Amino acid sequence: MTTLQLQINGRAVSAAGDATVLEAIRSAGLQVPTLCHLDGLTPVGACRLCLVVIEGHPKLEPACVTAVADGMVVHTHTPELDTYRRMAVELFFAEGNHVCAVCVANGACELQAVAVEVGMDHSRFPYQYPRRQVDASHPLFSLDHHRCILCTRCVRVCDEIEAVHVWDVGYRGSSCSIIAGLDQPWGEVAACTNCGKCVDVCPTGALFRKEDGSGEKQPHPERAHQLVEARTEHHWHNQ
Amino acid sequence: MTLATPPKLRFATVWLAGCSGCHMSFLDLDEWLFELAERVEIVYSPVASDIKVFPEGVDLCLVEGAVANADNLELALQLRARSKVVVSFGDCAVSANVPGMRNLWAGVEGGSRQSVLKRGYVELADTGAQHPHAPGIVPELLERVLPLHELIPVDHFLPGCPPSAERIRTFLEALLRGEAPPMEGPAMLGFG
Ligand code: SF4
Ligand code: SF4
Ligand code: SF4
Ligand code: FES
Repeated sequence: MTTLQLQINGRAVSAAGDATVLEAIRSAGLQVPTLCHLDGLTPVGACRLCLVVIEGHPKLEPACVTAVADGMVVHTHTPELDTYRRMAVELFFAEGNHVCAVCVANGACELQAVAVEVGMDHSRFPYQYPRRQVDASHPLFSLDHHRCILCTRCVRVCDEIEAVHVWDVGYRGSSCSIIAGLDQPWGEVAACTNCGKCVDVCPTGALFRKEDGSGEKQPHPERAHQLVEARTEHHWHNQ
Repeated sequence: MTLATPPKLRFATVWLAGCSGCHMSFLDLDEWLFELAERVEIVYSPVASDIKVFPEGVDLCLVEGAVANADNLELALQLRARSKVVVSFGDCAVSANVPGMRNLWAGVEGGSRQSVLKRGYVELADTGAQHPHAPGIVPELLERVLPLHELIPVDHFLPGCPPSAERIRTFLEALLRGEAPPMEGPAMLGFG
């Protein structure tokens, strides 16, 4: 594997030839906020929080889906990026119905954490209050669309790791939503194995276990990566 | 000759559509309230005064709660006109939070006002189901519950449901020193 040299925030960093800019940033001990990215799942560049400036590129690039190149010069925290990131997070809050005080994920939510990270003390965008549904048809879990940020982690973990593909993205624009099966109630989708992987990796309170009340959700975003690693390295405990 | 003590800051707290949890958290400041009392004069507050009319010439005003009815709206406009510094105090003021949940029904027939009154006073009533109607006594609900800054200019935001006493104290200490409150990191930011 070739090793490439790049510069991130003025620091010389080397990265494997097949690395993404996000991997290079993290391997250098630096951070950018992310929501849709999850180690173990194919990156999709959906949330736009990891946008970076790459010198010579005419537009901002999402670090999670951009390949490193030799001599690349990357900036992760310019005033422009900080402004856009905070705006993006404010838009997440304004476009859904995020009432943290009564949410299962309160205190363990990645959207909340990112809001703190970008310094959001309020949303400058007016709240939209869309009327969305709660799908409680599954015997063990529920999906509250009010809190879904369309990161598609659930779609990818079910497809790529559980290999069942219960979830998909349906509709367009502001009607865009996660759908189960052929847009059926989740509980009617026979393919679902009840494995709970989608619930474990959901960054918000959108997917949750029925027994969890306010502030009781315990997400396990690391599970996707652990499973991929266990499969490729054959790290099964009972072997 | 005695040195003149600096004039006390004229301090107010207001309770709009909220559960009073932010005020309870304020009372959780415990003995620090004595220090605060040396620096400020409380000229209006549901937990520390019995004054009914929001006074003129307020230096600093903490506002708990969203704007949900005609009385909230009138008081919000008044406190803005009469205060130098206005603070959105807690998630209901900052984001409309739980009171704002009825806005989901804004687009249905009758709007959110009718939906919430019907649910609360008619559908769930055991006996004597009727809409509350006492003009001049029971304030009319606004069609939409709004965070404070969508109606009046707000100078500072102190999120949290409620903000912890520690967060409130750090915030007020900075303002009393004449500095901008250090609103960063999990100690000072975060909804819920
Ligand atoms: S999903 Fe996260 S941001 Fe949304 S209401 Fe729940 S805790 Fe708050
Ligand atoms: S529980 Fe498992 S199989 Fe069912 S939708 Fe979630 S990830 Fe897919
Ligand atoms: S349900 Fe959760 S994991 Fe799925 S897209 Fe929505 S926020 Fe992401
Ligand atoms: S983490 Fe890169 S776009 Fe979401």
